[in-house]
Amino acid sequence: MQGRKIFRGKVTGEALVTGDDISFYGGCDPETGEIVEKGHHLEGKSVSGKVLVFPSGKGSTVGSYVLYALRKAGKAPLAIVNKVMDPVVAVGCIISEIPAIDQIEIDKIETGQKIEVDADNGVITIIED
Amino acid sequence: MVLELTTEEKEMLKGKHGKATRKAMEIITTLGEIYDAKRLIPVSSVQIAGVSYDNLGEAGLEYLSEMAEDGQTRVLTTLNPAGMDMLEWEKHGISPDFAEKQQRVVDAFERMGVVTTCTCTPYLIGNLPHYGEHIAWAESSAVCFANSVVGAFTNREGGPSALAAALTGRTAEYGLHLEENRKAQVKYEVQAELKDTDDFGLLGQIIGNRTGKTIPYITGISKASTEELKSFSASVATYGGVAIFHMEGITPNRTTIPDKTEIVTDDDLKAARTQLDDEGAEIDFISVGCPHASIKEIAQIAEMLDGKNVTEGKTVWITTAKPTKDLAVKMGYYDKIEKSGAFLVADACCAVAPLKGRFKGLMTDSAKACFYARGKNKFKTEIRTVEECIKEAIS
Repeated sequence: MQGRKIFRGKVTGEALVTGDDISFYGGCDPETGEIVEKGHHLEGKSVSGKVLVFPSGKGSTVGSYVLYALRKAGKAPLAIVNKVMDPVVAVGCIISEIPAIDQIEIDKIETGQKIEVDADNGVITIIED
Repeated sequence: MVLELTTEEKEMLKGKHGKATRKAMEIITTLGEIYDAKRLIPVSSVQIAGVSYDNLGEAGLEYLSEMAEDGQTRVLTTLNPAGMDMLEWEKHGISPDFAEKQQRVVDAFERMGVVTTCTCTPYLIGNLPHYGEHIAWAESSAVCFANSVVGAFTNREGGPSALAAALTGRTAEYGLHLEENRKAQVKYEVQAELKDTDDFGLLGQIIGNRTGKTIPYITGISKASTEELKSFSASVATYGGVAIFHMEGITPNRTTIPDKTEIVTDDDLKAARTQLDDEGAEIDFISVGCPHASIKEIAQIAEMLDGKNVTEGKTVWITTAKPTKDLAVKMGYYDKIEKSGAFLVADACCAVAPLKGRFKGLMTDSAKACFYARGKNKFKTEIRTVEECIKEAIS
């Protein structure tokens, strides 16, 4: 799948997919990577080490710093794949150096699939179902 | 669309101007690409938000320290309020642990050449752009004031993107930097009578709630003071996503006038007031100065408090910028306020200080302060005129 590079890098990992937008500030624990927003589709799951696939970001600009905190704690997502990149998440990926791509039809990706994220070229490849 | 960069901008992106500038340029160009900007433009003034340690946390502090290793501002850059008065924090009940961390945040900014004023009203203390000037400001109330009342051009930046603009002297040309995106979309005819800063805050709440992100054109207001416009700017940006408004006969921007018209009546104002007046609010905290109080407001409050005593069990914070506090000291206003038992607090405000759980009920003239008092600090609120707030303090 061809998308658009937001921040560079090439990684392969397991996808964690949600149809809900994510607010990192207040919605994700900066120390553990667990989604803590009440009623969120991923509530209780950790984004740590996953290729995190979600439609878009929402909420406060402080969210950028939460991604940075996750990186420092070693709990950051491996990569971020969005339908529409929101500036808070974009800035978070840049300051934390998390490979990121947007303009991807995310409903074609399923949780648990092994996928390669080639952010340099904006390409996503499903390696294993 | 391709974002075209100058030679110097490309150099920044390659790291020729250091690590921090490279990261900053990555932020600016990525935002430019996301929003289909064709080029970057120079900015001449920056206002940075995300200063209170209460909001930033350890990770925010770490990021700032890393950027401060080799980052230097290229343009006049000022700071949003911190979580405390940087000098008199102790008597306001701030813990030494918080104070130490807050100091480290401000120090990191200072190492980068930021003028560490810590105020949400930079335009009152020397960071005042002119009409048509391109700037990169965070702090939603100041963004709204700068775009609308001054006629400068800025998007609503976040903390890291504002810092990035400061370190590169650039921002991407999109959104409110382009004339065509600044036109009014809905007309609001104000029939309600507005008497004081609290009324202007309530009007901001009404229009913000109704308009969301669409740009309002407001008629029916024959005059408004700087203080009233700052109250309105704060509130309309808090309750809506408004970053620019037009007010007929008052704001300077050119716009077409929308046909679609909404009416704001005295009844609407009353209803908005009722929304912010919590039932059974037990007022033990009174705060004026959201956005930061001007010297004119402080002079008026000093007169009201002169020779009076704040009632036992009540805490009063009049919040302002440090240069304004210094002026208040010189003019004797500080003594009048502090002798009454109230505090003239510099650098901080009731929205960003670590106050959660410290008070039960806040009385203020600010609709914006009510929003944060309820959401972040879990206080009940009442909105009144400044005069009524002070009366409550000494009753």
